Amino acid sequence: MQKVLLLLLTSIVITSLHAIDNNIILQEKFPKKLSEFSFFKDTHAQIPSDGVIPYELISSLFSDYSYKQRWVYVPEGKKANFIKDEVFDFPIGSALIKTFYYPIDERDETLGKRLMETRLLLRKNDGWDAVSYAWNETQDEAFIKKAGKTILNEWIDFNGENRSVRYRVPNKNQCKECHAKNDLVTPIGPKARNLDKVFNYPDESINQLTKWMKVEYIDKIDVKLNTPVDWEDEHVSLDARVKSYLDINCGHCHSSTGGANSTGLYLDLTENRPTHRGIFKKPVATGRGSGGHQYSISPGNSEESILLYRMISIDPGVMMPESGRSLSHNEAIDMIREWIDKMEI
Amino acid sequence: MAKKMQNLVFYILIIFFSFSLGAKQIVLGSNNNSQEEIQEALIDLEPGDVLTLEAGEYFFEDGLSLDVDDVIFEGSGIDDTILNFENQISGAQGLLITSNGVTIRDFAILDAKGDAIKVIGAEGIDMVRLRTEWTGGPKETNGAYGFYPVESKDVLIDGCVAIGASDAGIYVGQSQNIIVKNSVAQYNVAGIEIENSFYADVFDNLASHNTGGILIFDLPDLPQQGGHHVRVFRNKAINNDTDNFAPEGNIVGEVPRGTGIIIQANSDVEVFDNDIYGNGTVNLSIVTYGYETDDENYNPHPKSIQIHGNRFGDGGFDPDLATGELAAILFELSKGDMPDIFWDGILPTNQILFGQPVEERLLITDNGDATFLTINPIKYILPFFDPVERDIAEYAGVIRPLAEVVLN
Repeated sequence: MQKVLLLLLTSIVITSLHAIDNNIILQEKFPKKLSEFSFFKDTHAQIPSDGVIPYELISSLFSDYSYKQRWVYVPEGKKANFIKDEVFDFPIGSALIKTFYYPIDERDETLGKRLMETRLLLRKNDGWDAVSYAWNETQDEAFIKKAGKTILNEWIDFNGENRSVRYRVPNKNQCKECHAKNDLVTPIGPKARNLDKVFNYPDESINQLTKWMKVEYIDKIDVKLNTPVDWEDEHVSLDARVKSYLDINCGHCHSSTGGANSTGLYLDLTENRPTHRGIFKKPVATGRGSGGHQYSISPGNSEESILLYRMISIDPGVMMPESGRSLSHNEAIDMIREWIDKMEI
Repeated sequence: MAKKMQNLVFYILIIFFSFSLGAKQIVLGSNNNSQEEIQEALIDLEPGDVLTLEAGEYFFEDGLSLDVDDVIFEGSGIDDTILNFENQISGAQGLLITSNGVTIRDFAILDAKGDAIKVIGAEGIDMVRLRTEWTGGPKETNGAYGFYPVESKDVLIDGCVAIGASDAGIYVGQSQNIIVKNSVAQYNVAGIEIENSFYADVFDNLASHNTGGILIFDLPDLPQQGGHHVRVFRNKAINNDTDNFAPEGNIVGEVPRGTGIIIQANSDVEVFDNDIYGNGTVNLSIVTYGYETDDENYNPHPKSIQIHGNRFGDGGFDPDLATGELAAILFELSKGDMPDIFWDGILPTNQILFGQPVEERLLITDNGDATFLTINPIKYILPFFDPVERDIAEYAGVIRPLAEVVLN
C-alpha cells in the first residue's frame, strides 16, 4: 500500500514537472531562467512539454542566417480566435516561444547546433509582453537578458565557407520596435495565412491549421485565406515571392499601424497603392539612408532604388531592418534586384 | 514655534513619503559596462523615477532606448555628460524614446551612426539643455537628424544645441503642439525644420552656418499632412553659408546654401521679429512643393503666410547655383539683383483665374527696407511680358496674429 502511494506521489510529481504553470506566464515579473516556465521536457534538446506545439511560418523574417524553432502554448480549455489577415487573438495565458540557433555545419545536421536565445511572447492579463533568454556556454540553461546581449558565433555554411556573426539578443525595448502595432506589443508571425502549410509532427504530417483545430487551439476556419507563398519557392511567380518576403520582413513595421507608419512606405501584403508600396516614392526623413537615390523603388533600376540599397547596407545608420540584422541577406537581395530590374514603368 | 515645528515635521514626512511611495533616483557613472548598465536601468525605470548620469564620457556600441512613461533621464551638463556613439555597431539611433511624458536633459549625444535622438509617438516630450553633434564637421556620412520627434504631441525643445546633421539639426515631423526655443542649430543642412506639423512656436533660436536656417515644410503621401499654424519669431537666421551636404534624394538636398528661412506648402505661418541676414542665396523664400504627386489630399501651395516686423540685412550676394533649381531660377529672373524675400507666385489654377481668397493672401508688412520678388504666373505663360514683380507694398496689410502655442 505504501509503495502504491509512493508511486502515485512520484507520478504526480513527474507530471507536474512537465506541466506548464500558468501563473508563471501571467506574473508581472519574469523568472530568471527559461526552464522555470517548463515549456520543455528537455531544455537542452528543446523537446517541448505536453501542450506545447511546434509550428513554422510559410516565409520567415531574416535574422542573420540564424535558424528558428517555434512553439505555441494555449492554456487548456481556451481557444485562440481567428481574425482574417491578423494574428490570432490568443487567450490570456498563451505563450509563443522561439529559439534562435546556428548549426555547427549547415551541411551536416548531426554535428549539432549552438543555441543563441529563446524569445517569449506571453499573453498576460493586460496584453502581450516580450522577453528574451540568452543561452549559456554549456547550453543547458537560458537566462533573462533584459538589456540584450552580444554573442559572437561562427558556423560553416552550405558551401563549406566559414561564417561569423555578431549576434545581438534584442533588449526588451527592441522587441517592441518590431512587435508594436498601434503602440501595443503584438506577435507578427502566427496569422492563419502564414501557418497554412503542412508540418511534419512526430505523429503525423498535416496542415498546421488542421492540427490546431484538432487540438482545439482554434475553431474551424471557413474563410478563404490570403495565403502567401514561400519566398524561397522558385516555382511561384517572382512578384508573389517578393511580396511575401517584404510582408514578413518589413510589413510589421512598414504598415499604417506599425512603427514606421510615418514614412508612408507600406510593405504589408494588403497594401496596393503603388506610391505607398514604394514605386517612385520619394524619401521623407531618410537622411543618408537614401544613398543618394530619388525613390524607394525606381522601376527597372535596382541600383537606384533606396529599398535595395538599405537591404544591402550593414551600416547601422542606413540598413533596414534597423535591428535584428548585421549581415546582408544575399539570396533575398538577388531576388529583389531581379524583381526591380524586370519591373516595367 | 511649536506650530512651526509641527509644520516642518509634516512637510518632511510628506517629502519622505512621496519618495518612498515610488519615485526613486538612480545615479550611474561611466564604466566598462555602461551600455548594459544604462540600458537595463532605462528598462527598469518606473513612472516618476529619475535616472541621472554623472559627468563623464560614456561609450556605446548599440543604441539606447527608453519606453517608460513619466520619467526623467538626465546628465550633469551639456558639456559634462557625453554619450559617445562613435563606435556604434548596431541601432539606427543614439537614443530612441517611445513613451509619454518623458524629460531628457543636460547631456550630449555625439557621433550617432543614424539619428541622435528619435522620439516616436510620444504624448509629452521635453528635451532640455541637450546637445547632438557630429564632431567631424559637416559630412554626408553624418546621421540625418539631431533632434527627431515624430508623430508626437506636446513637444518641447529648449536650450538645445544641434551641430552637423546631414539632414536637419532639429526636426519635428508629423507632430502637434510644439515649442522650439532658446536653441542653437549650426553646420547642419537644415538648422531647424518643422515638417507636416500643426501648431508650432519657434522662437529665440539661433540658426547659423547651416545650408538653410529654418524650414517650414509640408510633404505629400504621409499619414499627417497639411502643416499649419507655425509661428517663427525672435530668431536669428543668419550667415547660413555651409554647402549642402545632404545625400541626394532627400528634400533638403534641394535647399541652396545661403537660405535664411524657407516656407513650403504650409498654411498659416507667421514670421515676425526675426533677424535675417548674411544668407548668400536668399534670406526668405516662400515656395510651392516642386514635384508631381498624385496625392489628392495634398495642397502643394503655401497660403495665409504673414511676414512682418523682421530685420533683414544683406542677402543674395553668393547664390548657390549648383544646388537645386531655386537659386538658379531666382538669379536668372532677378538678373542678379537678388531679393530678400522671394515668393514663387504659383497658385492653384482656379486662383490664378479667379483670384485668391483675401485670407489666404501673402502679407508682407513692416520689414524695413527689405526687397521682394515674385513671379506673375499669367505673365509668365504669355510671351513678351516680364513676369517679375518687385513691388512689396502690394502685399502690405493688417496682420492677423496666430495664437500662442501652449503645451499640455
